[in-house]
Amino acid sequence: MDGKLKRILPRVQKPARYTGGEYNQIIKDLQSVDLRMALCFPDVYEIGMSNLGMRILYSTINSMKNVWCERVFAPWDDMEQEMRGAGIPLYALESGDPLSEFDALGFSLGYEMAYTTVLNMLDLGGIPLRAEDRRELLPLIFAGGSSCCNPEPMAQFMDLFVLGEGEELDNELLTLLLQAKREGWDKPRFLRAAAQIEGVYVPSLYTATYGADGTLSGVTALPGAPEQVTKRIVTDFEHSPFPTDQIVPSTEIVHDRVNLELFRGCIRGCRFCQAGQIYRPVRSRSAERLVQQGIAALRSSGYQEITLSSLSSSDYRPLGELCDGLLDYCVPRSIGLALPSLRADNFSMDIMQRVQKVRKSGLTFAPEAGTQRLRDAINKNVREEDLLESCRVAFAGGWNNVKLYFMLGLPTETDEDVLGIAQMANDVLHCWRENAVNKNRGVRITVSTSCFVPKPHTPFQWAPQVSREEYLRRVRLLREHMTARNVTYNWHDAETSEIECVLSRGDRRIGPVIEAVWRAGGKLEAWSDFFRYERWTQAMAVCGCEIADYTTRERAEAEAMPWDHINMGVSKAHLLRENRRAQEGVLSPDCRHGCVGCGAKALNGGACDV
Amino acid sequence: MSEKLRLRFTKSGRAVYISHLDLMRTMQRAFQRAGFALQYSEGFNPHPILSILLPLSVGVSSDCELMDFSLIAPTDLSALPERLTAAMPEGIRVLEAYAPERKVKDLKWLQISGLLEYDRADYATMRDGLQAFFARASIVIRKKTKRGEGESDIAPAIRSVGFAAEEGGVALKAVISAQEPTLNPDHLIAALRQCAPELAPDFAAFTRREVFDAQMRVFR
Repeated sequence: MDGKLKRILPRVQKPARYTGGEYNQIIKDLQSVDLRMALCFPDVYEIGMSNLGMRILYSTINSMKNVWCERVFAPWDDMEQEMRGAGIPLYALESGDPLSEFDALGFSLGYEMAYTTVLNMLDLGGIPLRAEDRRELLPLIFAGGSSCCNPEPMAQFMDLFVLGEGEELDNELLTLLLQAKREGWDKPRFLRAAAQIEGVYVPSLYTATYGADGTLSGVTALPGAPEQVTKRIVTDFEHSPFPTDQIVPSTEIVHDRVNLELFRGCIRGCRFCQAGQIYRPVRSRSAERLVQQGIAALRSSGYQEITLSSLSSSDYRPLGELCDGLLDYCVPRSIGLALPSLRADNFSMDIMQRVQKVRKSGLTFAPEAGTQRLRDAINKNVREEDLLESCRVAFAGGWNNVKLYFMLGLPTETDEDVLGIAQMANDVLHCWRENAVNKNRGVRITVSTSCFVPKPHTPFQWAPQVSREEYLRRVRLLREHMTARNVTYNWHDAETSEIECVLSRGDRRIGPVIEAVWRAGGKLEAWSDFFRYERWTQAMAVCGCEIADYTTRERAEAEAMPWDHINMGVSKAHLLRENRRAQEGVLSPDCRHGCVGCGAKALNGGACDV
Repeated sequence: MSEKLRLRFTKSGRAVYISHLDLMRTMQRAFQRAGFALQYSEGFNPHPILSILLPLSVGVSSDCELMDFSLIAPTDLSALPERLTAAMPEGIRVLEAYAPERKVKDLKWLQISGLLEYDRADYATMRDGLQAFFARASIVIRKKTKRGEGESDIAPAIRSVGFAAEEGGVALKAVISAQEPTLNPDHLIAALRQCAPELAPDFAAFTRREVFDAQMRVFR
């Protein structure tokens, strides 16, 4: 280990996150490697190592024999200060080599608030931030992940984006890069060739134009680049690679367990939910294969917990069969099985009770809105009767801890909807009083609200966000009506949500804002420890951008969106139709009860595994 | 109740940054991976019965870590070190597993070595200064304790200490008290910082070499 590093590690918090050397890490002989890739996650180790996508791509990229893919995470502030002080550039965990020695850096962008961290990591690696300042082909800097469904705010920093699922796409891109490196291509030649790969978006091959009033007129392709870039999916999800030999961190991470992916996409179509739209179409794995994969991953890792992951696990058809298969293995070995993302219905409660034989956790529901009218408008197909019935079963079964998540500021929300949240909390409390088996233990009901952020590629992409003042007024209104002693009310600040809104619906003019915020010290802003609202307002002002243009302003149906040239599978016509239905308060069926024609199945040869 | 067993292992390289708590978790998982079922405690929140005899500070290497554990089923202990080592993260090597004869309270002395690095000082001069400093009959340092800050004399906890100028710094060899009182190698550096700052190194790294009982017989 580097002598300088050896000196600083004993002084920083949790040094094991900066050393690598974990069980199952992949080490390759540099002699046999033609291309070195750094998989970069713009947050700390504990978060990045909890990300299933990172683990899958680490495995699929390393399946290329002549490519060595290593991991890079953002250092916490204390480590960053020490590294800068000692002149240690950001390095990859496996080899300890600095970023500048890599041929390709791929950033995982899953949350907009991580954007400034990307710049900080490039800077810590001694790499110029802007793509135009990097004249050489290598290192190639690119990004993928759900936030890239609107790549424009980060366009000036990235050589290219990989859209959609990366298992096949990343390897195709790296194969082309291997050829380019071998044959000594220059950067423009490589980028033109890369743009021909389905799912690759090269922002320098597109120009954004703006109208006289400052709104975007459109993003148009230069000759040779596709007009629209369509995301990639893995069509054969059943057989697509799932890494059973996963790295086992030597220090505690956030999701310190085996993570089994049941299916991709979602049949529900909640109108506020970006994940529910952009991961379509639905593709699932068989219970038989999942049981095998789960057991293999538990064996290989030694983990004592396994969790099922998907956007809505209750919608996995063979959920009962899967749980039984896993429990047969887990129960005798004291291995816990966790089931997040369950819907509030009877079937789920039955599963919960079976699963909780090993360990009992709290119950969490996300009704999102306080009245049936608003839940219909956002297409959140949960009825209060279902929720209360689930609570009744839970309280009768000995649970006494319920968390309820809501959003404030959803389109069409009125004060009546806000007060509906307090009513719902009271109903849950009443339900406990009537059904609890042991009242002496008391009950804890926690209500949390966050400020709604309209997101690209959703039916609410045109919707205004409520102002911070209005959000706080609604918070106060709710707080005044949240009187029961057993109900705790938490609300998230609206400042982060406002900036998140700017970043998620931003255009290329937001790039300089991100850079200005980073120059003013912005990084790790997904952590409230480091988020500074004023830094953003100042940077917006300096760069001549208005926050309200991206947040509270309602966008006309005909207005060009910065992400119109990005095809995530769900058509704009469908989003518009859903938006109108929301205004009318009309529900749309889930995919099992009738296809709404979102368009995503075209990506899968017309097949949808609902 | 199954037999109590003891594991002897080394911890070096990148593994020295694994904290005591994380090491417990790592051990639990390594046993699981290697296919050795640990005995769990009874009760509301069952946990594997694992006990590391002398918790090791982050950053310190060791050739002689000891951990007590129990397995559910009788096992061929001769095959255990190799299988368990293969299931460990880089830097942890299992040397042996055996049924211990000695009780934990019999463990008394710890032999350590270290390298004190000086960026701007003559090693020979430092060696002489260090030798003289640690020859003092009493070395009182301020230590953080559970009840705030306290003073303590670490001299009685140092059985022997010697220094040699070497490439890269001044090498230290010492035998210090492992428990009652526990002397952490870092306390030696703290003593220098507090009482003889001109001798304090720019960096120091230590390795535990061997454990002994009160009569300086190797402890197993």
